[in-house]
Order: sequence, then structure tokens, then C-alpha cells
Amino acid sequence: MARLIEELHKLPGIGPKSAQRLAYFLLRSSEEEARALAEAIVAVKEKIIFCSVCQNITESTPCPICQDEERDHTKICVVEEPLDILALERTRGYNGLYHVLHGVLSPMEGIGPDELRIKELLARLQGGSIQEIILATNPNLEGEATAMYLHRLIAPLGIKVTRLARGLPFGSDLEYADEVTLTRALEGRQEV
Amino acid sequence: MTAPRLYNTEAVVLKKNELGEADNILTLYTPRLGKLRAVAKGVRRPKSKLGGHVELLTHSEMLLVQSQNLDIVTQSQTIESFLPLRDDLWRTSSALYVVELVDRFTAEGEENYPLFRLLVDTLHWLCRARHGELILRCFELRLFAYLGYQPQLQQCGGCHSSLKPVTNFFTPSGGGLLCPHCHNREPIVYPLSPNALKVLRFLQRSPYASVDRLRITPELSLELKQLMRGYIRYLLEREVRSAEWLDRLEEEGFDKWTP
Repeated sequence: MARLIEELHKLPGIGPKSAQRLAYFLLRSSEEEARALAEAIVAVKEKIIFCSVCQNITESTPCPICQDEERDHTKICVVEEPLDILALERTRGYNGLYHVLHGVLSPMEGIGPDELRIKELLARLQGGSIQEIILATNPNLEGEATAMYLHRLIAPLGIKVTRLARGLPFGSDLEYADEVTLTRALEGRQEV
Repeated sequence: MTAPRLYNTEAVVLKKNELGEADNILTLYTPRLGKLRAVAKGVRRPKSKLGGHVELLTHSEMLLVQSQNLDIVTQSQTIESFLPLRDDLWRTSSALYVVELVDRFTAEGEENYPLFRLLVDTLHWLCRARHGELILRCFELRLFAYLGYQPQLQQCGGCHSSLKPVTNFFTPSGGGLLCPHCHNREPIVYPLSPNALKVLRFLQRSPYASVDRLRITPELSLELKQLMRGYIRYLLEREVRSAEWLDRLEEEGFDKWTP
């Protein structure tokens, strides 16, 4: 029991009390339920791998998105984490491919280009079939720095580099918006 | 029961770490409370009103509430967002270097008002500088001055004679210079050309406006950078990661300081 609590406590966001509560919950649950959880954990580590092309998490490589012939193989949307792909796919508005960096440039934390999957992205651009790179890193300082760095690396290859529009999030209030957001929103204004 | 204590402070956001699902832990530098860590709750959600007002490198007026653990930022209003820094990779990276130095050289809760003003002025200058490397060197010298590590550049630290226009030697452990006769006293010394010494003395006494007008050769710039890095490495006993990143950008040939 103490061992279980100790292991649960290692998970992010799980403090000692939460770990205890979870451990007691599992103690009271059925054998099948506990086993199902244990097996799911083991399966994730055994079966989930990274797509050799886009670095997304998948069970088979290349992943279903990269393999899909119906998608537009001339566009790659570059994101920070696999969950960003989930969010973008929910829009059903994008039909191209993806690339996951697994992080973002953060010089202070020692995260440079070598710690991200940038080499793999550049390798994909060698073939000549890619016509557009959409930079979809988060609209914060590190995301912007990463986008600028990637732009500088990719633009000389003659490939169109675009950045997701930044501006006011839907449902927000102009009066609370900060200057950077408002400036970008003004810069990116579109004819109605 | 007493009400939780609310307080206002200006702050520059030095660092940001994620916490839980939607929160960030911020490392702030303030005029009267020195370095301070606080939580910005819910800031990673799109509808957060705090959002852009607690971004890295932003200078804001914040309202915080004291809490048992970290204080909580309840409101934040941008004073200056330093937009030109964010549009240029060199400027962003240089600003991150400045901010990393402030973070590494300060401890929580130690008030240093001149250092706060230096930080804000430096960020302003990095937005418009034409010669950012010199701004960084000048910043480093001022930082040392406000922390008590100001290098002594007038006399030899060994024999106290005034320094001649020949190659002298900078000693990190001595925090100053040694003349050619005395340089063997210290194991680690950095040779300093006469021109480099002139520039250092100029940087020590000149405002940023004058510093930005100075032009020096790439060799001299490199000499000064290596000297300062050596001193910083000695004082901090560790590498400054943002410095390594700046070196890398330079190696990869990123265009510097586009106006």
C-alpha cells in the first residue's frame, strides 16, 4: 500500500493526499478494474511509439494521418505537442499533415533545437513535395521564438512559411486584452 | 479573521513554469520586493483575463494576494510589453539572456531598486538598439556594479600602480586587473588588450544612448564577450544557458540586430 502511494505520488499534480485517496480507491475497487488499469499502463509504454515521419504518438508507424492518401501531402502544420494535433483535428478544417516538435525553444531551460524534433522536420522537406509549412506553435514568447527560428531555417528552402493568425480569442473581451494581442489582431485584420 | 493581504507591485516576468492544468508559476522581479515567485491561476486557458499581461518579459502592474504557499496574482495590467523584442529572434534571445542573469544573480526577497530600473531600461534599449552586443556588455557591467562585483578597472590589483596601455590581465577571483608584472599572482587570468580596456571603462561610465552609438570591431567584441563570460562563469559557478543559445544563433549565421 505504501509502495502504491509512493508510485502514485510521482505523477504530476498528485500530492500525498491525492495519492492516498487514489490508492484507497483502488484498494476498494474490483480486481478486474485494478488489473485493467495496470494493463493499460503497461500497454501504453509497450505499444505507443512515435511516428517515424511526423513524431506524433501512435501505435503504428507511419501514423494514420501520415498514411492517409486522402490528405494533402503538400502541407505540414508544425505543433509543439501531440495534444495540439487533437485540438486542430477537432476543427475538421485542416486536411494536411503535421509535425510534432515535442516542446518549444526555451534557452533558459536549456532546450535548444537539438532537444526538439527539428532535424526530422528538415529531413521531410528534402523531398521537394512540401509546399507550405504552417507554424502552429503557441502564441507566447517561446512559441514565437520557435516560429521565428523555424522560419529562418525553412524560408531559404523556397517553401512557403505561414503562421497561424494571432489575435483575440473567441469569447474574450477587448477591454481586458493585452497590447501584444491587440497589436497582432490589428495587424492581421481581414476585409469583411 | 483577518482579510488576506492584498498588495500591488510592478513586476517584470523573468520566468514561467507550468503548474497543473492551466496555471503558471511566475518568477517576477519587482522594485521593492526583489525577486518573487507567484502563481497565475487559469492563465493558460484562452479566456483568461490575465493571459498576455503575465507573459515573459512583460512589465506589468500586478495585484497579488498573500497565500500560505506562493502568492497569487489576481490582476495584472501591462505597463510595457516590449513588442519589438518579440518580433526579432536576436532581440528576444538577448532579452532572455538579460533576464536569466537577473534571475541567477538574485535571491528571493532582496530589494534592489536600481537593479529593477536597470532591467527595465535594458529591455527598452534592446528593443531599439543598433549594437546589441555592447548593450549586453554594458548591462553586465552595471549588473555587477549593483550587486557589488564591479570590476576595478583603474589600477593594478597587485601593485596598485595605474594601468599602462599594454596588455593587462583580468582576474575573476580578484575582480579586477593585474599589470604584466603582477599577473602571475593569480592562476586564472584573461589577457585584456588596451582597446578592450578603453571600451570597458567607457561602458562603465556611459549611458546606453552613448553605448549604442559606439562601433567596435568583431574581434574586440568577441574579446569583451569572452572576458565577461569568464567573469560571470566564475561568479555563478555555472554556465548561462541563454549565452550558449546566443552563441548558437551566431554560429548558424542568424542576421543580427536588424533595425
